Amino acid sequence: MTWVNTVIQGILLGGLYALFAAGLSLVFGVMRVVNLAHGDLSVLAAFLSLLLVEHAGMAPLLTLVIVVPVMFAVGYVLQAGIINFALRTELAPLLATFGLAIVLQNVLQEAFSADSRGLDAGSLETSSIRIGDHIGIGWFPLLTFVTSVLVLLALHLLLTRTQLGRALRATSDDQRTALLIGIDNRRIYSLAMGISLATVAIAGVFLAIRTTFSPSIGSARLIFGFEAVIIGGLGSLWGTLAGGIVLGVAQAVGAQIDAGWGVLTGHLVFLAVLALRPNGLFPRTATA
Amino acid sequence: MTGLLEVDGLSAHYGDFQALFEVGLTIEEGETVAVIGANGAGKSTLLASIAGLLRPSAGDVRFEGRSVADLGANHRARQGISLVPEGRRIFPSLSVTENLLVGAYTKRPGPWNVQRVLELFPFLAERAGSRGWMLSGGEQQALAIGRALMANPRLLLLDEVSLGLAPVAVKRLYEALPSIMAEGTTLVLVEQDIGQALNVAGKISCLLEGRVALAGRPEDFTREAIVEAYFGMAA
Repeated sequence: MTWVNTVIQGILLGGLYALFAAGLSLVFGVMRVVNLAHGDLSVLAAFLSLLLVEHAGMAPLLTLVIVVPVMFAVGYVLQAGIINFALRTELAPLLATFGLAIVLQNVLQEAFSADSRGLDAGSLETSSIRIGDHIGIGWFPLLTFVTSVLVLLALHLLLTRTQLGRALRATSDDQRTALLIGIDNRRIYSLAMGISLATVAIAGVFLAIRTTFSPSIGSARLIFGFEAVIIGGLGSLWGTLAGGIVLGVAQAVGAQIDAGWGVLTGHLVFLAVLALRPNGLFPRTATA
Repeated sequence: MTGLLEVDGLSAHYGDFQALFEVGLTIEEGETVAVIGANGAGKSTLLASIAGLLRPSAGDVRFEGRSVADLGANHRARQGISLVPEGRRIFPSLSVTENLLVGAYTKRPGPWNVQRVLELFPFLAERAGSRGWMLSGGEQQALAIGRALMANPRLLLLDEVSLGLAPVAVKRLYEALPSIMAEGTTLVLVEQDIGQALNVAGKISCLLEGRVALAGRPEDFTREAIVEAYFGMAA
């Protein structure tokens, strides 16, 4: 039963990885840009939440009401003001987002110091549902997983049921033809980045409640996000959920075998998927 | 009299290669014009320049009396210029219905909607839920035309409609054109198949190596004159 519990904890952790990675996947899917600042932007969201907790006395989860729209606006402006101008070559957006990551890390360190911080969600963090003697499901990990699935579902509905979603997918398929039907690619890119950062804001706040964070933690998180996206299949939202779960379960199982093996096992599973299924477990099926 | 579309002294380059040399073309509202010419004559370049996909190096494109030379393709689409590009270029991950719905992105008012397009191309209705990449070439071409119609364009540019399609598929597509023309849509057809083009066009413009070699009503020219303008030599 210990192993069952381990797998359950891995699945719940995987939901959080998927939530973190969903925005990465969306941005790559729409504009073929890998946002190297994605992890650092999740940290920015955590610090915004921390400010609201410390200065406005808000509960950490309640700060999402402000942090999510603010991060959407940050994403929109960032894309419209910087990244859209770097889209002419493949390398330029990588350099632009890498530079942004460095700037963010340094600004956050200057503003908040290098100390680790955390968000305190009270008893929600420690209370759990007990199933028998060996299985315990924490309320907070469960809430995180349910939130992840709901956010992914909302993104799925946005992409499949709305004109904006169809425009995002059309732009992803063929940017030149999208122009011909009146789609303003640059506005679509800005909206995609806004949505991406709105989702990473949720992930950033949940991660900040689950574990400590500091200005320099973003790049380490980015690796987990990449791994979830690539395991699941680039550009596939539900694949990203599957990728996150595979990564989470691998880490949990590795940690169960030996406390130091958790992260390493995740990396090994990622490498195995990359070697055996380079397009991921659930690649997009449409081909031009 | 001002035409719906006026192309004046249009030159276009691909790098150092000049594809169009001071091309002129005037199209009145409701006309159907065929731009014909051999491979490499500059027909598709002309349409790309009108649609805004290619910035001309000289000359002007005026639509409804106003210059659109500085506008990008998306802005021209909003003004009512729709291009069905060579090779169809439908969105492969979107279903037939989704391809049509996204075609109405500009929300231009007009007679065309999903139901009207599916009435025009009934065989698409049977594939409404299929992804674009699953369709045959003829179905994709019909979908590309339908997607352009969803924008309710005043000027519809059709680039090589018949290219690579079976004769039966070409026949089905050309049978639909009169219904489009009946709605008052102005059509510009680029075709290598002169016979197909002359069947529907009220006016032709023949390009030869990037220059207009012949322009006017088809009945004003002998077959020999058209062939000479097409190939640059007498038959």
